[in-house]
Amino acid sequence: MLQTARRVEKRPKAKKAKVHPRYLEAFRWMLLARVFEEKLASLYRGGLITGGVYLGKGQEAVSVACGLFLEKGDVFAPLIRDQAGRSAFGEPLIDVARTYLGSRMGPMRGRDGNIHRGSPKAGQLAMISHLGAMIPVVVGKLLAKRMKGERGFVGLTTIGEGGMQTGATHEGLNIAAVEGVPFVVVATNNHYAYSTPNDRQFACADLVDRAKGYGYAGSSVDGTDLTQCLDVIGAAVKTARAGGPPQLVVASILRLAGHGEHDDASYVTDDIRRQPFAEDPLPKSERFILEKEIMDSDALKTMRAEIAAEVDQVIATAQREQPPVGAEEDWCAISRRELTDHIP
Amino acid sequence: MSITYLEAIREAQTYLLRNDERVFIYGQDIAGKFGGAFKATKGLAEQFPGRVLNTPISEDAIVGTAIGAAMEGMRPIVEMQFADFSSIALNQILNNAGTQYWRTGTPASITVRLPSGGTKGSGPFHSQSMEGIYSHYPGLIVVTPATVEDAYTMLIDAVAIDDPVVYCEHKYLYYHLKADALPTEKLPIGKARIVRPGRDLTIVSNSAMVHEALAVAHQFSSKDIEIEVVDLRSVKPLDTDTILASVARTGRLLCVGEAFPWGGVTAEVIARVATEGFHLLDAAPARINAKDTPIPYHPNLWSEHRPNAKTIAAKVRQVLAE
Repeated sequence: MLQTARRVEKRPKAKKAKVHPRYLEAFRWMLLARVFEEKLASLYRGGLITGGVYLGKGQEAVSVACGLFLEKGDVFAPLIRDQAGRSAFGEPLIDVARTYLGSRMGPMRGRDGNIHRGSPKAGQLAMISHLGAMIPVVVGKLLAKRMKGERGFVGLTTIGEGGMQTGATHEGLNIAAVEGVPFVVVATNNHYAYSTPNDRQFACADLVDRAKGYGYAGSSVDGTDLTQCLDVIGAAVKTARAGGPPQLVVASILRLAGHGEHDDASYVTDDIRRQPFAEDPLPKSERFILEKEIMDSDALKTMRAEIAAEVDQVIATAQREQPPVGAEEDWCAISRRELTDHIP
Repeated sequence: MSITYLEAIREAQTYLLRNDERVFIYGQDIAGKFGGAFKATKGLAEQFPGRVLNTPISEDAIVGTAIGAAMEGMRPIVEMQFADFSSIALNQILNNAGTQYWRTGTPASITVRLPSGGTKGSGPFHSQSMEGIYSHYPGLIVVTPATVEDAYTMLIDAVAIDDPVVYCEHKYLYYHLKADALPTEKLPIGKARIVRPGRDLTIVSNSAMVHEALAVAHQFSSKDIEIEVVDLRSVKPLDTDTILASVARTGRLLCVGEAFPWGGVTAEVIARVATEGFHLLDAAPARINAKDTPIPYHPNLWSEHRPNAKTIAAKVRQVLAE
């Protein structure tokens, strides 16, 4: 059984003439994520990256909209396929290169890798692999900000249709509403949780139907369409920031890569690949840019070349840096050093 | 005036809320006039509006929320209704709080209070001692106060520590243990205490078992056998130096713990003494824990499931006979 977002609530009216004011900026982050991740994939295939490589291919339009409308003082808890959103929120590209390539200079210093990176002090949380676990952490950040008298902030986290099925996600979504914090969750249904299709993940007609049960405002979005993503996710962020109810946005896409680069995704059926949600958002956005004459093809080429140069430069920098060394590592998991347990 | 172990926990929280604006308490049924399943927060919600907050029955989200608040500079205290229910929050405590400092350089400054240990009639799911599980994972400080004084000072110290602290308070001691007044001095977290000096055998124990050990030591004293009793106080870090110094005096070691027998605190203590103090031992070290079954409901079964004065005394005789 194929489950897709059939009913689209709050679908923005077709704005034929209007281009979102941040469309081009968003597109650039999408392209940066795509070019960067293609580079990561080729490094992985060449045996130059240890551990997994997880791509956001197909999810860039949704992801960029998640990061783009957040500001300093906001909280962002990205997940596995959020390179575009992370960059849009302000994560330096060199941090990504250093984490994937295991440089000791990176934010995780070789202690954690790939997508498990972040900078809690800068408002970008470092995900753990257990799905749903970051939701209450965002809630706690927001609760504390309110306790401290801060105003005008919002928190956003991302999840997938697989992650929507964990107990932690249920607890987290509920406690966010109970605390009444300004919160947005963007659930991207990419139709495969690793290899498992929707009919073995959930049995409701549409995940957005859960919004009502949690006390959220729900909306659906075509995740292949950047304009829709910017409109719908932008509006959700704005509403939550203004004191509205917590927001659940459900986006529909197809993951255009394996779960990780180790996975050939041979389980994806031809039928699914022919669905409208399987469209690649990058060429779709490029066509839109050309149609609307936002840029011409030469300018797009220049943008691509600039991005490729930037990507090559950060990769080269991270590759030149030293890896961590066991003998020099500070093998201490607590900050209060006098409480270190000296285990013989 | 006298003060119970439970009142000491409430007084410590009162002190913390009054003196540290970063502190708030988060848990089930702790606010309003109710003040918690054991009344450890009774009156605090009225006294400190907005800082003692009831939560949904969502242990995972409770701890996750506390971690997030800590990242923003707060010092949340989580009250688990029973230690046993912290199994639902294991992921947040072990994988999120326990790894934060190592991974990101920012510790999750939370204190999780676990009403622990057995009482009559509490059964399999309201009786557990989980300090061994939490100590097994890196990144956590784990304490098990056994006295009114420690219940007070160690909770205040736990909140001051930047790292996540699992504070195991024993439910049996809540009402049974009384002191004349709140303490005016303290031993820091990380130091064990010799609660009774002796020369013939060392019993290392923690939490409520310290009091069982003291009862046994008292019995043997009349037979001119002097047992030294060490209260670990903190399980992680473990004060190996104090344990080794005691074994150096007595030459014999018995470890007593209320948790399940596979692995755990008693096994860790014996492993350390065997590794670093083998030459100090005149007899094989021994240990006694709860039985390897779920914790029974009926008092007749429960009192046999956990170590008691009779079974501890039998072990003492066995170690002394070697």
